[in-house]
Amino acid sequence: MAGLHKSDVKNPVLNWIDTRLPLITMMQKEYGVFPTPKNFNYFWNFGALAMVQLMVMIATGIFLAMNYTPHVNMAFDSVERIMRDVNYGWLLRYAHANGASMFFIIVYVHIYRGLYYGSYKAPRELLWMLGVLILLLMMATAFMGYVLPWGQMSYWGATVITNLFSAIPLVGNDIVTLLLGGFSVDNPTLNRFFSLHYLLPFVIIGVVFLHVVALHITGSNNPLGIDVKSPQDTLPFHPYYTVKDSVGICVFFLVYALFVFFAPNFFGDPANWIPANPLQTPAEIVPEWYLLPFYAILRAVPSKLGGVLMMFGAIAVLFVLPWLDTSPVRSAKFRPLYRIFFWLQLLACIVLGMVGAHKPEGIWVVLGRIGTAYYFLHFLVILPLLGKLERPLPLPESISRPVIRKGGGPLPAGAAAKPMEKV
Amino acid sequence: MSAAAEATGHSPSEHGHDQGKRDFLILVASAGAAIGVGAIAWPLIDSMNPSSDVLALGSIEVDLAPIPEGQGITVVWRGKPTFIRHRTAKEIKAAQDVKLSELTDPQTDADRVKAGHEQWIIVSGICTHLGCIPIGNKATDNRGDFGGWFCPCHGSQYDTSGRVRHGPAPLNLAIYPYTFMSDTKIKIG
Amino acid sequence: MRALKLAALLGVLASLTAIAPAMAAEEEMMPTQKWSFSGPFGTFDRASAQRGFLVYKNVCANCHSLKQGAYRNLTGIGLSEEDIKAIAASVTVPTINDEGQPAERPATPADHFRSPYPNDKAARAALNGALPPDLSVITKAREGGADYVYALLTGYGDAPAGMKMGDGMYYNKMYAGHQIAMPRPLQDDAVDYADGTKPTTEQEARDVVTFLEFIGNPEMEQRKRTGVKIVLFLVLMTGVTYAVKRQVWSNIPH
Repeated sequence: MAGLHKSDVKNPVLNWIDTRLPLITMMQKEYGVFPTPKNFNYFWNFGALAMVQLMVMIATGIFLAMNYTPHVNMAFDSVERIMRDVNYGWLLRYAHANGASMFFIIVYVHIYRGLYYGSYKAPRELLWMLGVLILLLMMATAFMGYVLPWGQMSYWGATVITNLFSAIPLVGNDIVTLLLGGFSVDNPTLNRFFSLHYLLPFVIIGVVFLHVVALHITGSNNPLGIDVKSPQDTLPFHPYYTVKDSVGICVFFLVYALFVFFAPNFFGDPANWIPANPLQTPAEIVPEWYLLPFYAILRAVPSKLGGVLMMFGAIAVLFVLPWLDTSPVRSAKFRPLYRIFFWLQLLACIVLGMVGAHKPEGIWVVLGRIGTAYYFLHFLVILPLLGKLERPLPLPESISRPVIRKGGGPLPAGAAAKPMEKV
Repeated sequence: MSAAAEATGHSPSEHGHDQGKRDFLILVASAGAAIGVGAIAWPLIDSMNPSSDVLALGSIEVDLAPIPEGQGITVVWRGKPTFIRHRTAKEIKAAQDVKLSELTDPQTDADRVKAGHEQWIIVSGICTHLGCIPIGNKATDNRGDFGGWFCPCHGSQYDTSGRVRHGPAPLNLAIYPYTFMSDTKIKIG
Repeated sequence: MRALKLAALLGVLASLTAIAPAMAAEEEMMPTQKWSFSGPFGTFDRASAQRGFLVYKNVCANCHSLKQGAYRNLTGIGLSEEDIKAIAASVTVPTINDEGQPAERPATPADHFRSPYPNDKAARAALNGALPPDLSVITKAREGGADYVYALLTGYGDAPAGMKMGDGMYYNKMYAGHQIAMPRPLQDDAVDYADGTKPTTEQEARDVVTFLEFIGNPEMEQRKRTGVKIVLFLVLMTGVTYAVKRQVWSNIPH
C-alpha cells in the first residue's frame, strides 16, 4: 500500500521529510521508545560496543587505505611511512591493529553472553545464525587485513591458510591456485586481499543491519531468559539503555586507549615487523590470538583433510546450536548443570587458544586433543542430553518480580510498581 | 543505597533539585561526547594533510648555467612545474615598460625578479585559471601576443614577467620562494 | 559457588602458564634492563640516543641498513637542523645524474639513511652469505625487544669447551643456537664519545639500543603524551556518564 506516512514530528521541515521518508519515526520507534527488558546487566552493552567498534574500524581503515600501497615491493614500506610520516598515521595504524583485537574481544564476550543466557533459543535462532555469519565474515576480514602489512607473519599466515583449501580432494590444488592468483602468495594475492578487506566490512554492515532487524522483531533476551509479559517488564530504550551503553562505551574506549597509546604491540607478533621473505619461514607461525582456538582444532587431528573439516566444523556447529540445545529454559541462571558445562566450554576454548600459541609438542598435543574433543562433545552430545536430564530451577513469574531470589524476601508490591508510573 | 528506597524517599522539593543536577550532568556528558567525537575526527582529517616526508622535500637546487638566453626550462618543486626563463634584454625592457594600469593583476616587473638578476624570471608553471601548464619555454613555442607564455587550455596569455595579459586567468603566475646561492645557482623553497 | 568455579578456572590457567617457562628453561635467561623510554611517561634519553647514533654510524652502518629512517628524523633525539644538514651532507646517496647515469650526490635531511649495500644479494656476496637485517624496527621485530638486542650485543664470549663452531660463526649466548654470523661489533673504546662518557661495551650497547628504539618508534613520545591526555579525559567521561546513568536510573528498581 502506497501512501504518505502520518508523522508526529513537530518541526515542519523534518515533518515534511518524515512524511515522505519516515526515518525519524523509525529511529524513534526502534531506538527511542523501543520496549527493552528492564533487567539487562552490563553484558548487554557488548552489542552496542561491537557496533561502535565496527564504525571505528571502518573509519580508521578508510584513512589508512588512502596511504597504503598494495604492492609486494611497497606494502611494508608504505605501512612504515604511515607510522612515521603521515600525520597521526601511527595513531590510525595502531588504533586499527589493536582495534581488530578489541573487536574480537567484544564479539567473543557478546557470543558467550548469548551462550550463558540462552539468547540463541527460539524464537531468536535466525538472529543467532546471522551473528555467527558476522563472526565468520569478521574472521575472513581480519585474516586478509593481517596480510596487508606484508610482514613475515602476513606472508606465511596467508600461505598456510590458503593451503588449507588444498585439503579438498581432487580440486584442492586448483582452488588454491585460484585463490592465490598464482602458484604462491604474491602480488595478485596481496591485491585481491586488499580489495576484499575493503569490501567485506560493508558486507558485515549489511548483515549487522539484518541482525538488528531480527533483534527488533523478537525483542531482546534478558538475564532471566523469560519472555516479557507486560509493559511493567520493559523500559524505553532511550534514555535508559542509551545512557547505560554510553557508560560501557567510555570504559571500553579507556581500555582500548591504554593499549593503543601505551602497549600498541601487545597483541602483535614481532615477526610481522620483519618484511615478508618468501624463502624463509619464521621459526613459529601463529595466527592472531583471536584465531588461535580454531588453529588448535586444525592441528588437533593428524590428518590434513580431517583438521580442516574439524576447524570449519567448529563454526558450523554454532550455526545449528539452536537445535542442539534441547532445554526449553534459556538462562543458565536456572540451569545448574548447564552452568558447569558452560564454564568448561569456556575453559576448553581458552586452553585451545593457548595450545594454538605453542608448538604442537608434548603436553600441548594432548591438551589440544582434549580441548577439541570437549568442544565438539559439548555441542553435539552434552547439550542435546542435558535438556532431557537436567532439572531446571523454578523460573520467576515475570521480569518485574524476579527479586524473590535475591534473598531479601519479596519486595512490597508498591516498590516495584510505583516507579513505573513515571516511565 | 537501595535504588528502590531512593525512589520512594523522594519529596517534591528534592525533585526540582534533582532535575537541575540531572540537566547539568547531561550537559557535561554531552559536551564531553562532542569533544570526544572531535578528538576522534581530527586525527582522521589531519592524516590527509601533507605528511612529513612530503614537507621535507622542501627545497631543490637548480644550476642556471646551461640555460641559453631566450629559453626556459621546467623544473619540479613540491610536485609542481616551475618555469625558469633566461630573458633577453628586449624581453626585460618589454616587461619593465608595461603600464600598471594595463594589467589585470597589477605588479611591477621589479617585484617579480631578484634585483641584480633581472634576466631570470622564475615563476610557477601553473595557469591561474584552472591549473593547466602554459607553453612558451622554447623559443619555437607559441608564446602568445605578449611574448611570455600561452595556456593552450583556455587561451590565457602571460607576458615575459609571467603576468596575465589576456584571457580568463585572474592572477599572474605565482612566484615561489627562491634565493640565488651564486650567479648561476638558485635554491627554490 | 561461582567464585569457586572462577578460582578453579584461574588455577588451571595458572598451572598452564607455568608449563611454558619450564619448557623454555634451557634457553639463556635474558636480564631486564632499565630504559629511559619504558613506562607510560618514558622519554628517550637524548644524550644516550645521540651517542647511540654515533655507534650506529661508526659501527653498525658498515653492514646494516636503516632504510625506514631519514636524517630529518634525528631532530627527535635533539640534534639541530644544522647538525642534521652537516651529518647528511657528509654522506653520499645514489642518484641519476643529468646524463642519466647512476651517480652519487650528497644526502639531504630528507633522504633516508644510506644503506651499505645496494641490495640483499650484494650484502650476501660481501658477507660470506650472511644477510645483516635492516635495523629500522629491530627492537620491535625481536622477541624481548630492547632487552634482547642489548643482551645480544653484550652476549659474546668464548664458546664452551666441546662446542663445535661453524665456519665463520661466533659464539653468542643470547642468539638462538648460540652461533651467530655477526662478529662481535662492540668493544671497549670502539668509539670516541665527545661528552666524556666512558665507551665501555655495555655503555655502547645501551646507547645504540636507545637509538634503535627511537628510530623504530619515532612517534613514541608524542604517542605517550597524547595517551595520558586521552586516558584522563576518558576517566572523567566515564565518571560523568556513570553519574548520568545513576540519575536516569534512580527511579527504577533493578
